Order: sequence, then C-alpha cells, then structure tokens
Amino acid sequence: MNKALKRLYLFIIFLFLYAPVATLIVFSFNSSKSRANWGGFTFRWYSELFHDKQIMNSLYYTLAIALLSSLIATIAGTAAAVAIHNMKKTIRSFVMNVTYLPVLNPDIVTGISLMILFIFIRLDLGFLTLLLAHIAFNIPYVILSVLPKLKQLNKHMYEAALDLGCEPVKAFFKVILPEIMPGIITGFLLAFTLSLDDFIISFFTTGSGVSTLSITVYSMARRGINPKINALSTLMFIAVLGLLLVINKRSSANNKNETARIGNLI
Amino acid sequence: MKKPWLSYPYILWMTIFIIVPLVLVLYYSLTVKVDGTVVFSLDNFAKVMQPIYLKVLWRSVVLAVASTVICLVLGYPVAMILSGRDLSRKNTLVMLFVIPMWMNFLLRTYAWMTLLDRKGVINLLLGSIGLPQANILYTDWAVILGMVYNFLPFMVLPIFSVLSKIDRSLIEAAEDLGSNSFKVFIRIIFPLSLPGVVSGITMVFMPAVTTFIISKLLGGSQYTLIGNLIEDQFMRVYDWNFGSALSIIMMLMILASMALMSRYDKEEAGGGLI
Repeated sequence: MNKALKRLYLFIIFLFLYAPVATLIVFSFNSSKSRANWGGFTFRWYSELFHDKQIMNSLYYTLAIALLSSLIATIAGTAAAVAIHNMKKTIRSFVMNVTYLPVLNPDIVTGISLMILFIFIRLDLGFLTLLLAHIAFNIPYVILSVLPKLKQLNKHMYEAALDLGCEPVKAFFKVILPEIMPGIITGFLLAFTLSLDDFIISFFTTGSGVSTLSITVYSMARRGINPKINALSTLMFIAVLGLLLVINKRSSANNKNETARIGNLI
Repeated sequence: MKKPWLSYPYILWMTIFIIVPLVLVLYYSLTVKVDGTVVFSLDNFAKVMQPIYLKVLWRSVVLAVASTVICLVLGYPVAMILSGRDLSRKNTLVMLFVIPMWMNFLLRTYAWMTLLDRKGVINLLLGSIGLPQANILYTDWAVILGMVYNFLPFMVLPIFSVLSKIDRSLIEAAEDLGSNSFKVFIRIIFPLSLPGVVSGITMVFMPAVTTFIISKLLGGSQYTLIGNLIEDQFMRVYDWNFGSALSIIMMLMILASMALMSRYDKEEAGGGLI
C-alpha cells in the first residue's frame, strides 16, 4: 500500500466513525425539533438545557452513581485484592473464577440476575439497587487492576517495615499502598468510566423516578430525542475531548513512546 | 499479612452479588408455576427449542458473525496503518480513533437513525449526486452497520497493540532473506498478530451477539435478537422462567466461546482492552 492510499483509507474510516458524532453536534444547533429537517441555527437548546428537570436529574444521578460506586468499589476492591492475594492457592483460584464471572458474562445476564436478586430479597428498585448493582459490577475490575501490582510487590519490603518496628496497619499504608497505587488509580478510572457509560445493567436494576442519562436517552429514542440531549452530549463530548488533549499533551511531553500505552489504557 | 478473616467480607459479598443471582436465574429457568405452586420442569428449555425461538437464536449468531467478519476485514488494515512507521502524528491518530467511543453509545446509535432515515442525510447526499436512494433503516443491514460501527474499535485496538509490539528486526530479517512484502505479511506479521485478532474477535462477537439496543433502535419494532427476547420476558411479558432459560443458554454460549478462544490466546499479548 502506498502512503496516499493509506491516508485515503484512514480518512474513510474516520468519516464513518465521526459521521454520527458530527450529526449529533450539528443537530444540537438545529432550531427544528425534527431529526430530519434543518430549521435554522439556534443556541436555544443550550440555554433550555439547564432548566430541563428531567435531563438535569438524570445527569445528577449518572454522576452521583458513577462517583459513589467507583469510590466504594475502589476501596472494597482493593481490600478484596489484598485478601485474595493472601489466600491459599485452592481457595484463591475458586474466588478468582467467580470474580471473573461478571466480567465475562454478558451485561444483560448480569443485569437480570441482579434484578431477580433485588426483587427476591424485596428491595425496592431505585437509587440503592442501582448503586449496589454498579458497585457489584465495578469491584471485579478494580480487583483485576490491583492484583497484578500486588504480585509485583517485593514482599520483603513489608517484612522489613515490620522488623524495623512498624505496626502492620501502618506498614500497609506506608509500604504497600504507595506501591500498588497505580493499579488502584487504573481500577478507579476503569470503574468510573464503565459506570458512567453503562446502560444495560442500570436499565434492569433501577426503579421509577431514578434514571441515568443512558436510560433517559433510551426512553426518548423511539419517539425522537429532545435536541437538548444533543446539546448536552455536545458539551460532554467537548469536555472529554479537552481533558484527553491535556492528558495527551502532558504524557507525550514526558514520554515519547506512548502508542502502545494508549492502546492498553482505553 | 496472613489473616484469613480479611477475606471473609469479600467472599460474603461475592456470594450475595455474584453466586446467588446466578443461582436464582438457574432456579427460575428450571421451574414453572402450576396453579400457584412452583414445580421443577425443563419446559422452559424445551420452549427455546421451538422453531420460532431457534430462528431468533440463529439470526443473532448470523448477524454477530457477519459483523465480526466485517470488523476484522475493515479493522485489520486500520490497525496496520496505525502501527506502521511511515505516518506522522501517530499518537493523535490513535487518539482520534478512540474519541468517538467517549460519546454515549446510545446517542451515537440514535444518530445513525438520523443518517439512515428515508429523508436523512445520506439519502440527501445520494440524491444530490443522482444516485438511487438507500433505505436500509429497520433492516438487517442497519443492524449490522450499527454493530460494526459500535464495536470496530474493539477489533482495532487489540490488533494494533499486538502489531506495535512486533520486533522490527524479524521483518527486516525476512526482507534480507528475500521475502517480498506480501510474503512478509503472510509468514511473519499475520501469525504474530493472531493473539490480537483472537481477542478482537471475542470482544466484537460477545457484545454483538448479546445486544438488544442496536437491534431495537436500528432494526425496527418487530425485530428480535436473543437479547430483545430476554428483555421482553423481563420487562413486558413477565415470563421470568422462559427469560431465565434464555439467559442461561446465552451465558453458556458466551462462556463456551470464551473458553474456545482462550485456547488460542495463551500468550495474552492481545489484552489491550480491559
């Protein structure tokens, strides 16, 4: 393949990937409510967006659930990873196999199984069940990010700290925690993004009145999405884009060979 | 650090939130309600074997396989170009590839409804250059397009990450020994990239065969895949027993294909995503 051909091919693929994104952004400025006609340019949806109770509520629930569930899952998952790391081999492999289940299982199966559980134990579907469900599917990802760091750990460091008179708890926070921090942060970010982006599990485990952005979008999709949602997603897209550009700039200044890492990160 | 009680909370949590829910699904799939009492039965699984449901199962697999193949054919060259050396600003290009994934995927799928609409943007463009209209919205093709669109990055990224780790000196050695670039690809690059291809295939096939959203939005209202069938049983028909049986079958399908795939993925080089 020559260079021009490669560029053309990439261009076509990028066109394919960005066509819907561009459509959403363009239609967020469309004064007609229909998704088929162009009625002229307007900022109306952007100003109305912040007064829309339904959208603002779902934004609030989305962020609250993502933040709470990823924080709790990070703490619980890290503790669980430490515990798993210290288990006997036979129990450990059993526990790890079970931990892998939600990662491997289709989301729809995880979603309905949790829904059945909540209904079975007579827990009303709502904010609490949504939060519990998110924590439940986030914890395995945190464990899987922290465990490799624990395996790399030099166990003599901890023993050295104890020998030098450190309390076990203090030794954990002073010696082990800083070493496994990169894994914990990866786990947190993974949990946060998964929770933010989730639709299927939330769809089955939430109740009336509590809906995340994805659920609101889904319930709107059939009869036509409110252009305010387009405006909101344009804003969120720009925010993420800006954030990624800043991170990219910082890390490429620090590190030249970043390509493989980006591939691994996302 | 050898304190066994440390692990009790997690084992308890895991039992409640992973094991018990799946046992409940299994319980519902193996029982039916007769006159208000619950009895053991295989009827739910027998029902899955009825022709109409087998057809749904078959269609889910066919569409998922089709979109996986298309993703591989479209995605492999992308991964190769991105991992190649003769392109400037490679990091930015990889970044550009990932960025659309950051927009809510329901919204992106919805945007395809706008694009594919009878009076949508694509038909407008086709019409303006005098080409015939393409009315693929609410057909199999729209569903495949939606799957390819949503899952293409899952194919490209693992292959890309394996390809960028290939030792250049192997390729140079092959070239020194007289291989042309086609032969280098067939004998060196492609075999080395297989772990990435395998994890790419798994990561596209899995969500494609279980989706119910793409088929619901792009496939029209009476359109069903196994995912839609399960959703219907729990959210509309309230036949939990049949829904659970379908879920168990879907789960076994996925776990079996994962086990099969992992046999080809021993090197774990392709674990790009998650």
